Amino acid sequence: MSVRRLSQVQPASFAFSAATKKKCDWWMAKYPAARKQSAVIPILWLVQKQEGWVSEPAIRAIAGLLDMPVIRVLEVATFYTMFMLEPVGTAALIQVCGTTPCELRGSRALMAVCKEKIGDKDHLSKDGLFTWQEVECLGACCNAPMAQINDYYYEDLTPESLAKIIDDFRAGKKPKPGSYDGRKSSEPKDAVHTLTDPKLYDGSAAKKLKLPNTEPVG
Amino acid sequence: MTGILEDKDRIFTNLYGFHDWGLEGAKKRGCWNATRDIIKMGGPWIIDQMKNSGLRGRGGAGFGTGLKWSFMPKEVKDRPHYLVVNADESEPGTCKDREIMRHDPHLLIEGCLIASFAMQAHACYIYIRGEYVREREVLEEAIKQAYEAKLVGKGNVHGWDFDIYVHHGAGAYICGEETALLESLEGKKGQPRLKPPFPAGAGLYGCPTTVNNVESIAVVGTILRRGAQWFASFGRPNNTGTKLFCVSGHVNLPCNVEEAMSIPFRQLIEDHCGGIRGGWGNLKAVIPGGSSVPMIPAEQCENLPMDFDALRELRSGLGTAAVIVMDKDTDLVRAIARLSYFYKHESCGQCTPCREGTGWMWRVMERMVSGEAEMREIDTLLDVTTQVEGHTICALGDAAAWPIQGLFRHFRHEVEERITSYRSGKPHVQGATLIAAE
Repeated sequence: MSVRRLSQVQPASFAFSAATKKKCDWWMAKYPAARKQSAVIPILWLVQKQEGWVSEPAIRAIAGLLDMPVIRVLEVATFYTMFMLEPVGTAALIQVCGTTPCELRGSRALMAVCKEKIGDKDHLSKDGLFTWQEVECLGACCNAPMAQINDYYYEDLTPESLAKIIDDFRAGKKPKPGSYDGRKSSEPKDAVHTLTDPKLYDGSAAKKLKLPNTEPVG
Repeated sequence: MTGILEDKDRIFTNLYGFHDWGLEGAKKRGCWNATRDIIKMGGPWIIDQMKNSGLRGRGGAGFGTGLKWSFMPKEVKDRPHYLVVNADESEPGTCKDREIMRHDPHLLIEGCLIASFAMQAHACYIYIRGEYVREREVLEEAIKQAYEAKLVGKGNVHGWDFDIYVHHGAGAYICGEETALLESLEGKKGQPRLKPPFPAGAGLYGCPTTVNNVESIAVVGTILRRGAQWFASFGRPNNTGTKLFCVSGHVNLPCNVEEAMSIPFRQLIEDHCGGIRGGWGNLKAVIPGGSSVPMIPAEQCENLPMDFDALRELRSGLGTAAVIVMDKDTDLVRAIARLSYFYKHESCGQCTPCREGTGWMWRVMERMVSGEAEMREIDTLLDVTTQVEGHTICALGDAAAWPIQGLFRHFRHEVEERITSYRSGKPHVQGATLIAAE
């Protein structure tokens, strides 16, 4: 378990923006009318997108919107680790995956870069631009080591490429997510020996077939 | 030829995203072909075919998918039925469902329709992990395409009213456990429920529910199109079909690849992943099925078929087929201590043995890494793992215990040497032997 508490410093109020409110309604419509509480995680996430973090007044506002006791929303906000309970860097929130598959391929060197360029982990940098964290497996292990920056994945990183990415964010640019090793996704780099048969892609798989399929196997 | 499986028998033909993930591209690759005919064959036929195909759940436990579907009530009474797809892929080492959702989302949507029809569900929720933002965007877009083409929704061309929704989590590993996932989907903390009642009796909102992994559902359409016998022709008996393997760690070319079940480990690594870093002889140990299964040493990997039963015999497991390879340069104790930290971090805190035990095991493992632990603490640690294992509501307690047990089963001597050298004033330095050799 990780211990997570609300920030000591809280804003006086919170209000849903019109765009956020519209998205909240879209989420609530996904569930049976009596079950709109189901939307609490997506709505907390929308609020975090709007404000950058989840504050105590926001938790109260969500409880009001979903007819939930405040404590139930608070419980959810503190249980799930993607909710930031304190303000984070305005340029980038960098979450480096530190679990074993990434560690085996050098995530500790990435964290050293973050420490050198940004400062201590889990702290807002002095200029207010960056926060970096070590997080648990992000599910992109074939592209290790990697980091999630703001919303997207930056994969196959090296200390050099991560340093460059941080510099770009500092300069106000938006570096492109994806692999930094020249890969498209999780294919074997420069050695794709599967899925090369042109027949898979010429439309022949879409021709009419009869069920049950009794074609001989093999 | 590379590997065992031929391209014509691959299900995920856009695994690497080289082609169009959209509806048009997916249709060209055979998705949504004859779906209406499949539906016409009826629910019992579909479930029967799934049983005959031998498909075992791809989320880790390996429970028969057709059998699981047959546990749902035969008739819909006062409570609606639900299908919930578990896309909360968080098991360290596993990154296959991600590729399905962002590159072949229509296979998943089609599978959801067929599975829901077979279980008489009119609604399906896909619970995707919160961090997969890009994957969620693609999936939402693909679902929109399917609605617009009237493939799903009310009054669709398949004649089975069906709504499909994407829901997302927010970074909790435990929500991959099916009942924790249902709690989370209901808007609560993800703490697993006691079973029974099983989800097929009382699941989402107290209604009959089946929870399946993304890969299990995404293969359904192709299995029914090509026939159960086709799918069952791959792999050894009881371990049939094709499977996505995620190979990470110390291989030259880490990648995802779809292969036949029971492919020999060495062939998988050498044909698809460019071999072990530093050559086959440099292999030290493998975690064959995601972080929760015990590791196996290199000696056992030579002729090892990668399937459920073969790995079970080695007291490990296929899990999600997430193969984490570790070469001789790896500090295994450190690698497992990091996993212990993972389980400590992800314990939901509901059951005392897990909440307290995972933290305790991690702290002792850290002392094992440096060598400052006492020799007798090894047995104490192993004793504690057995007190956590099997004494919790869900399997996270077991998952935290097994990697540690696996380490000591095969590499106890390494930890003992480390403790001894620490006592004699020669603390462990990773890679020291390599530096000395140079």
